[in-house]
Amino acid sequence: MTTYLPLIIGMMIVTYLPRLLPLIILSKHPLPSPVRRFLCYIPYAALGALIVRGVAQSASGMTPATLVGIAVAALFTFLGGGLVVSVMASIVAAYFVLAPW
Amino acid sequence: MRQEPGLRDGLVDGIPLVVGFFPVAMAFGLMAKTTDVSLVDTCLFSLAVFAGASQFMALDLIKAGIAIPDIILATFLLNLRHLMMSASLALRLKEVKKSLLPLIAFGVTDETFSVASLKSGKIGAPYLLGLNGIAYGAWAGGTVAGYLVGKVLPMAVQNSLGVGLYALFMAILVPEMKKDNGVLLLAALSGLVYLLIDRVAVFSSGWSLIAAIIAAAAMGVLVLKDTLGEGQG
Repeated sequence: MTTYLPLIIGMMIVTYLPRLLPLIILSKHPLPSPVRRFLCYIPYAALGALIVRGVAQSASGMTPATLVGIAVAALFTFLGGGLVVSVMASIVAAYFVLAPW
Repeated sequence: MRQEPGLRDGLVDGIPLVVGFFPVAMAFGLMAKTTDVSLVDTCLFSLAVFAGASQFMALDLIKAGIAIPDIILATFLLNLRHLMMSASLALRLKEVKKSLLPLIAFGVTDETFSVASLKSGKIGAPYLLGLNGIAYGAWAGGTVAGYLVGKVLPMAVQNSLGVGLYALFMAILVPEMKKDNGVLLLAALSGLVYLLIDRVAVFSSGWSLIAAIIAAAAMGVLVLKDTLGEGQG
């Protein structure tokens, strides 16, 4: 087996820096309102794009199960279920779609 | 006066992430094994990098025979999104000891960030360290479990575990949509822009994601009324 240590160290550095720098640099200065709103909108935009990307990039055999899993999670959460219940329900639902009956 | 959320609240709020992370980390451990990565290296990926999307992408690129520097560059591009997340988190932090910032920064992921950023009020170091810590433990534990026992599970179970990640994204998003229609608009817009950009294939896949997020958030600033965001802070 090849050793992937150089890759792991490189990936660690480029993953850590974007996480660290804004906390150190930004933490003192107040931001103008549009910038602040922009930053507040990012999590919602990110979640939307990540979900759509997950479906778009799923292997063709996985697409129906992925869609069903997401829909079930949405339904359970909408009805007031917590994250745990919703995620578990969606994994079970995905299994029902994938299981070789 | 409301008490600031502490270590205990962080751990409790992190439990759903454990449920979400563990199966996905198992999928990673399993995939690493089938890619012929050693157990030690697989653990190091999860312990040192701690970024699910990047780790899966790295395995994909290793399989495709892409050179190490190129994989590192791709990881960097993909992880620029954490730049926005940490910047957003910085606004929400209460007075935090400078020496703790490097530790807090290490735990910023899509999921821990989403939980933290949707917590109302100011948040401090104990809360974040609890949240990040329990998620980190689940990610590392799931990786080892997946590597060691993943192969035993039937294929259908292995695949359905992978769906949990997207279910988690959705489950984080829906309660916010119920509070404010602007969230639904932003998320849908962002997804649509991603599909368009990805279809045109101007950027690599990681960049399409970043571009879509920035574009949707920017459009939100122009279009949405100022009900969201400000009230949160």
